[in-house]
Amino acid sequence: MSEEKNNFPKEKLFSPKNKRLLSDPIGKDNPITVQVLGVCSVLAVTVQLKASLVLAIAVVAVMGLANVIISLLRHGIPPRIRIIVQLTVIASLVILVDQVLEAFVYDVSRQLSVFVGLIITNCIIMGRLEAFALHNKVWPSFLDGIGNAAGYGSVLLLVGAIRELLGSGSLMGYQVIPNFVYNFGYVDNGLMILPPMALITVGVIIWIQRHRDRALVDVS
Amino acid sequence: MKALINFVETKVKPNFEKGGRFEKFHRTFEAFETFLYVKGDVTHRGSHIRDAIDMKRTMVYVIIALIPPLLFGIWNVGFQHFKATGEEVAFIDQVLFGLIKVLPIIVVSYVSGLAVEFIFATSRDHEVNEGFLVSGMLIPLVIPVTTPLWMVALATIFAVIIGKEVFGGTGMNILNPALLARAFLFFAYPSYLSGEVWVYEGAEQFIDGFSGATGLAVMAAGEGTMPSDFDLFFGFIPGSIGETSTFAILLGAIVLVATGIGSFRIMASVFLGGLLMGAIFNLFAVNEFMAMPAYRHLILGGFAFGAVYMATDPVSASQTGVGKYIYGLLIGIITVLIRVVNPAYPEGMMLAILFMNVFAPLIDHYIVEANIKKRIKRMKKVRVQTQA
Repeated sequence: MSEEKNNFPKEKLFSPKNKRLLSDPIGKDNPITVQVLGVCSVLAVTVQLKASLVLAIAVVAVMGLANVIISLLRHGIPPRIRIIVQLTVIASLVILVDQVLEAFVYDVSRQLSVFVGLIITNCIIMGRLEAFALHNKVWPSFLDGIGNAAGYGSVLLLVGAIRELLGSGSLMGYQVIPNFVYNFGYVDNGLMILPPMALITVGVIIWIQRHRDRALVDVS
Repeated sequence: MKALINFVETKVKPNFEKGGRFEKFHRTFEAFETFLYVKGDVTHRGSHIRDAIDMKRTMVYVIIALIPPLLFGIWNVGFQHFKATGEEVAFIDQVLFGLIKVLPIIVVSYVSGLAVEFIFATSRDHEVNEGFLVSGMLIPLVIPVTTPLWMVALATIFAVIIGKEVFGGTGMNILNPALLARAFLFFAYPSYLSGEVWVYEGAEQFIDGFSGATGLAVMAAGEGTMPSDFDLFFGFIPGSIGETSTFAILLGAIVLVATGIGSFRIMASVFLGGLLMGAIFNLFAVNEFMAMPAYRHLILGGFAFGAVYMATDPVSASQTGVGKYIYGLLIGIITVLIRVVNPAYPEGMMLAILFMNVFAPLIDHYIVEANIKKRIKRMKKVRVQTQA
């Protein structure tokens, strides 16, 4: 990293441009709610907040590292086989993450099952490698990776929290809705646990976001 | 009446017009204004076919058609309750008991649904959608009387927002909002919508041997006693508020067909589809449910109610003539298929109609395409003949 800084002493580590790389994907350039990528895993793993959190962290790790590695290799990758190289890098990282999860949080890794492996196919990661890391320096690429993963993760956490709260009355496995509410006649919403409700929740989030930021609505 | 109109026009209306004190609520005012008397202009938006009557009048006809099942449902709630507790009471007590139970559900459904409608109409500045006048009545009729009121409110709000407003309001919805409300309840709170006891459950003890299972539940579980065909047809059975009496529903069907609002093609083909599939199952008859006479499917559960009031919804149904037959037939077939083959869902009507709602535009598309092809062919033939 120091090498990079020496080459470009003028640009600060957190220049406004770099900050935007980090903050844009969380807000107005969110990979899920604006670009509508990677929706599949959002539908599948957000039944509980814990699983959402673990997957979000996993994606942050994979995406940050993958962007750094591809950015470092960007001059050495022959353009014709770049997709395969990207895929290999992502796959190796995903296997690493999978092993770590199995070693330290075994139950969650069982719960996430195939979706950890499917991080490989998450189009956000591949998309950022193609669109950004391949043409940019290491530090901005890292920020871009972290930013996009955080944007993805934030939606994952939001949907996970809503679904677990309304579907099971708990957060992170702890009961949040007090017992007297249940005694009063409240019942957990079974529909929230089913995948269609994740789709509708994401849809409502998109709706609210576009309602607040009219610039996102493409008026043709 | 003249005096009322005069009063509204001169005293109340200016407040809601541009520059008036309550300008923001002029959509709300308009909704109530057109409810009181016929205005000069008629409905001009929405994907459905329009004619010289305002949509509000159309909806009022449907409400009139809904009166027989509603009245019967109210009485049946009381009848089932006192049958369960083994008490002998007068007719009027049964009706009163039913009223006390059913009226709050109707009020909650209307209030919560209209509140959402008014909020959207005000914030988006479009007309208040009259469609909810019917949906608000259909929702209470398709759910069991034991459903808690807050669930009714939640389901109604969900149906109006996700089922209708998201797509652009009345006339734009893909799915039938009332059925969506029921589907929401069915999947969100399954124990309240597919339980054993569908009559009012209070502090009173039920008499021995009484089971609140519906006919469909009896058939799906393979135990319990099946009500007689007479009871099934006239509706002296437990079930959702408005669905039990095929007889009352047929009365409503006459109103719908006579006024030209409900499509006879759809109604007839749904019944035909049900009979057809029932007959096919009769041929195999490997279990008791399959061996059940086909006609009984039509008087069991919500089949008739769905066929008459839900499948014929002019917005979510097929629009083309032939399309209506296909749409209706498939609803009947799928309903019986779900009922007999999938024991997890004793009532297939709701799922079948929602499913076919989604396919209705596709059916229409192919019907229209086929028609275009046919006419092009005919044109070619004519051209060849004239050239020869």
